[in-house]
Amino acid sequence: METTDADRHLDGNAAGGMLAEVFRFEATTVIVTCAGCGAAGPMAELLLYGHGMGQILRCAGCDTAVVRVARVRDRHWLDLRGARSLQIGGGQ
Amino acid sequence: MGATETVGGGQAGRLAWRLAEVIEIRDETPRVRTLRIGVPGWRGHKAGQHVDVRLTAEDGYQAQRSYSIASAPESPWIELAIERLDDGEVSPYLAGEVRPGDTLELRGPIGGYFTWTVDDGGPLLLVAGGSGVAPLMAMVRHREAAKRAIPTTVLFSSRSAGEIIFRDELDRLAAVDPSLRTVHTLTRNQPEGWTGFRRRIDAAMLAEVAGPPHPGEGLLAFVCGPTRLVENVATDLLALGHRADRVKTERFGPTGT
Amino acid sequence: MGQGFVSRGFRGRRRPDAEVADRIPPGQYLTRDFPVLSAGPTPRTALDRWDFVVRGDVEAPRRWTWDEFRALPSETVTKDIHCVTKWSKIDTVWEGVSVDTLLDGLETSADYLIAHCDGGYTTNLPLEDVTGGKAWVVFGYDGDALEPEHGGPARLLVPHLYFWKSAKWVRGLELVGEDSPGFWESLGYNNYGDPWLEQRYAGD
Repeated sequence: METTDADRHLDGNAAGGMLAEVFRFEATTVIVTCAGCGAAGPMAELLLYGHGMGQILRCAGCDTAVVRVARVRDRHWLDLRGARSLQIGGGQ
Repeated sequence: MGATETVGGGQAGRLAWRLAEVIEIRDETPRVRTLRIGVPGWRGHKAGQHVDVRLTAEDGYQAQRSYSIASAPESPWIELAIERLDDGEVSPYLAGEVRPGDTLELRGPIGGYFTWTVDDGGPLLLVAGGSGVAPLMAMVRHREAAKRAIPTTVLFSSRSAGEIIFRDELDRLAAVDPSLRTVHTLTRNQPEGWTGFRRRIDAAMLAEVAGPPHPGEGLLAFVCGPTRLVENVATDLLALGHRADRVKTERFGPTGT
Repeated sequence: MGQGFVSRGFRGRRRPDAEVADRIPPGQYLTRDFPVLSAGPTPRTALDRWDFVVRGDVEAPRRWTWDEFRALPSETVTKDIHCVTKWSKIDTVWEGVSVDTLLDGLETSADYLIAHCDGGYTTNLPLEDVTGGKAWVVFGYDGDALEPEHGGPARLLVPHLYFWKSAKWVRGLELVGEDSPGFWESLGYNNYGDPWLEQRYAGD
């Protein structure tokens, strides 16, 4: 079967389960501003690299790793260095 | 299955892993079958949401995948359409080994972005590639169950006629509901006498099927399928003048967690 | 929830056969495939723009173009590799340049290095874990050019540590006096990653 890069990523929708474990609220509708290029959009539209070691959500425009989450035993490690801001709430 | 799984209610409770029973299995195509699953205490879902399914082997090894719910929120059970991926780890089990009466471990419903209710209105354009039709089918079924004649077009790309998932149901619904239209394209093989499209979805096809951008808010598009299809369709819809905040995408594929 | 639950008929992955069992670290499963784990898009750096640098705590940085790099003495090694996601693959055959060759004659007081890669990936290693015939920058796998999805044109190979240390698309080694956690090491994974001690996560 032919596989290409395009087959290797999904999007933030598929990270919904893990994001809910971390945030405890519906997080895929949170608006994230990329620290790399300033683009803003819902977490669901970030590109998900569902790596076996953790989930990496990247900006579709500039590839910056905006959100990184790894499940380490009974805790989650969350790295938001790639996010300038999160807009939470607002009728989601 | 006891009542002890609820962890403080709310989201935490909803996200707990729970045991569910496979009630019925239906073949949709040679590669896709539907599992109807009863989930005790299920508090319903929104069309477009998914569940995570987790398998556990006797030695403790676990594998987990997400599957969109294809059934209407109005149903008392949930249905998942499982496509068998030959090199997959979970789908060969769900599409082959599982039989009615088996217990599955799942959690959900999950997702708040790629969702639709009749109150969100339309007109709707639902663009599906292969088994990416599942969450869109939940929207179609929800619309029918709620008996709301929201103008809806389904543009569905499949490889061949035999691989069109939910074909009979889509045709049957469209036949009795003038506000629902289903347009098929077959990308690999077309049967004799095929009058539908016979190529991958492109800008010209979208322009023909969706028409020009509507005045006002415009149409509400949901696109779900393999990553490349989704990205191409979204790009084309924006180029055709449709509003970015009204084009929602979900990439659907074998990538696991 | 789920304690003790078993999915009827789900076999999961293969445990190693008895004759190779002593080559498989604890908690690992044997695979015959070569799984691809992607933390980002696959970079496509043209070979005429590719270079490899050794920099940091060195008197003068070293730089090789692709042609210069490929002209360095190389060797073929057969190694077992172990991914922290629990697959192990035995007898993998690689062709590449020993890190000893790249650092040969270099004066440095550094104790650590950071591997830098196209796409921004980094991983950190003690210098003593990449010297003395323990690490390579490989450009060939199983008799062919290393495919981009597996890290081509060149990746680091440090087979005695979990495979995330064997950074794909590596472009340079930065020698540093102080250790600094890389991409996965800063997200809860073990700083060292010895598969035989099952050092998967921070604190193991």
